[in-house]
Amino acid sequence: MIAAVEVTPAWYLVLGAALFSIGTFGLLIRRNPLVMFMCVELMLNAVTLTFVTFSRMVRDTGGLSIVVFVLVVAAAEVVVGLAIIVALLRKRPGATADDVAILEG
Amino acid sequence: MLDAVWLIPALPLAGFLILLVAGKRLGEPAAGWLATLMCAGSFVASVVVFVGLLGENEESRQFTQTLFEWVPAGGLRVDVGFLADPLSITMALFVTGVSALIHLYAIGYMHGDADFSKFFVYMNLFVFSMLMLVLGSNLLVTFLGWEGVGACSYWLVSFWFSSEANATAGKKAFITNRIGDWGFLLAMFLAFATVGTLNYEGLFANVPTIAPVTATAIGLLLFLGAVGKSAQIPLYIWLPDAMAGPTPVSALIHAATMVTAGVFLMTRVNPILGAGYDWVPDVIAWVGVITAFVAATIAVAQNDIKKVLAYSTVSQLGYMFLAVGVGAYVAAIFHMIAHAFFKALLFLGAGSVIHGMDGEQDMRRMGGLRTFMPLTAATFMVGWLAIAGVPPFAGFWSKDDILLFAWGSGAAGGKALWAIGLVTALLTGYYMSRQVFMVFFGEPRWRAEPAPRPASVGAAANELDVESDEHAHGGPHESPWIMTAPLVVLSVLTIVGGVINLPFNEDVDFLEDFLHPVLGVNEAEIAVSTGAKAALAVIAVGAGLVGLAAATAVYLHRRVRAVEPEVLARAWYYDEEVTAFVGGPGRKSFDAIAWFDAHVIDGAVNGVAAVVRNVGGRLRPVQSGFVRSYALGVTIGVVVVLGYFITRVSF
Repeated sequence: MIAAVEVTPAWYLVLGAALFSIGTFGLLIRRNPLVMFMCVELMLNAVTLTFVTFSRMVRDTGGLSIVVFVLVVAAAEVVVGLAIIVALLRKRPGATADDVAILEG
Repeated sequence: MLDAVWLIPALPLAGFLILLVAGKRLGEPAAGWLATLMCAGSFVASVVVFVGLLGENEESRQFTQTLFEWVPAGGLRVDVGFLADPLSITMALFVTGVSALIHLYAIGYMHGDADFSKFFVYMNLFVFSMLMLVLGSNLLVTFLGWEGVGACSYWLVSFWFSSEANATAGKKAFITNRIGDWGFLLAMFLAFATVGTLNYEGLFANVPTIAPVTATAIGLLLFLGAVGKSAQIPLYIWLPDAMAGPTPVSALIHAATMVTAGVFLMTRVNPILGAGYDWVPDVIAWVGVITAFVAATIAVAQNDIKKVLAYSTVSQLGYMFLAVGVGAYVAAIFHMIAHAFFKALLFLGAGSVIHGMDGEQDMRRMGGLRTFMPLTAATFMVGWLAIAGVPPFAGFWSKDDILLFAWGSGAAGGKALWAIGLVTALLTGYYMSRQVFMVFFGEPRWRAEPAPRPASVGAAANELDVESDEHAHGGPHESPWIMTAPLVVLSVLTIVGGVINLPFNEDVDFLEDFLHPVLGVNEAEIAVSTGAKAALAVIAVGAGLVGLAAATAVYLHRRVRAVEPEVLARAWYYDEEVTAFVGGPGRKSFDAIAWFDAHVIDGAVNGVAAVVRNVGGRLRPVQSGFVRSYALGVTIGVVVVLGYFITRVSF
């Protein structure tokens, strides 16, 4: 028997926090630039989910409108970020993020 | 009618802008005609405003027109505005009138010059600047014009800048003027700090509240500015060198614009001078009379036709400062107007001679020219008699007025001022006659030598090419009508100019009545009986005639050997001493200042930069280039901040 569990906003918040943490750790641990990039996207989407949840909780559409902005920024970031990563991998196949450290101070 | 006052400077400004944009396309002579028309239009506007002023009551002959707010900075509020009162309109009338004639003349004089249109660009800007100076309703607008004429004099004096001497003369004019400008600036700061406004109206209304010591300081600093601009001792050295420019420029600088600015400024701020200590006017009078005398002695031994006139201008300006110093402001303005007429006439006449002699400026290679250029000779002689103080020419009335006031004033050593002024009048008669006799009379000396032109004199070098085409055989010739017409007009003005302020009775001293509202109580009153006045006039004329007679004996009849001591020919060695000082000890002190600037001032700035660079260098290793370490840093930072908020801040 599955108890009739009510899905409260807290579930979404926990899910958002979990996704954000996964993204953060992925970003810190993985070296493949493409995967790191996906982790960043994951973090962004976790934040988006949190925004939507809070928006529902406080009955305010402000959070929803922020989401739209985040989506647009994420899309723009994808365009630039992916282009850089693709260019990098074309030039040096299999390169990791640590291999491209020439911009040191 | 008074509303038209903005047109007076606007027309030359329009001419300047049009010529700046389209001058090359207009070319010769259209560019010159446009510039001339703008000046003439400006003169018409001045006449309109003048008539408008005459229509007002004597008390209300003052009109301020504010165009726009220029500097709104805290307590400092400066408008671009014009003050039309008897003084400024008197100035505007003769400035525009004489300038228009000089522009007309310049069309002929600059004929064939490669930079014909550029010349008129500067000329119109020059006139515009002078009109801003004269008409400005506050010290800053006047200063704008003041700097404008300085800049234009630099451009025009070194107009033929391919010659090193001309370029140097322009620089000298500009830099010497800067010393005076420094005084003007300080005076403005002081006036604003004391009264809180730069408007003439506000300044003069608050004169009773200014402490005498402050008024003295403002007055003397403004006088320093005037000394620079009007070429008085010790800053007169730029004016004789300013002869390097084309002759119409010399005429413009000496007669209408520029040098008269200092006398005008002193007259404009007469309430401030009146509020200072008693000895301030004495200083002005003595500087003026000493300048008048020294410059006259130098003029006695010059051989360059324009140099004689240059020193005579310095000398005549000295007379004007003498007048200001003894409180004879009307006489100063009167002499300024008369001087504008006859000095413009003399300079344009000299230009005509130079033009006719294909660029020759040395009077020792002239002589007997009156048969070759009769009109120039006749008009030049009118100017000569005027400056020598022969009645009934304009110069007689105005100079006599100044000497009369010097005699009757209570200034320190008033009689000594008068005596030196009288000796100067004698010298003036002498050196001007010498010039006339050397140029227009006697044996022609220009055939003897095939005129090797002095290398230092670049004037008319450009027109030589053109002239030699038209007058293949060289030889003196009369100038075209466009050059002689202004001469004729100016000589008529010189002959009749005295009528604006006749001394006979209260009804005919028009200028004094007109200027009365501006000068008020600061105009000196003298008590000299009519008989004494007549006697003084006779003595003054006598002095001029003695000088004339002496020159006749020396230079016309050759009875007496000419005395032209080296010390006078080289201007008392003053110029050379200044040059030596500035080049020697002066240069060293400037180098020391430059060292201070490079090491201490710049050192402080560079030191700050070095510290920042050092600190930055130490922080560089943080920037490792590993993206993931940056991300770790950001994450740790976020955790720390969040932890702080969660544990420490209560919501």
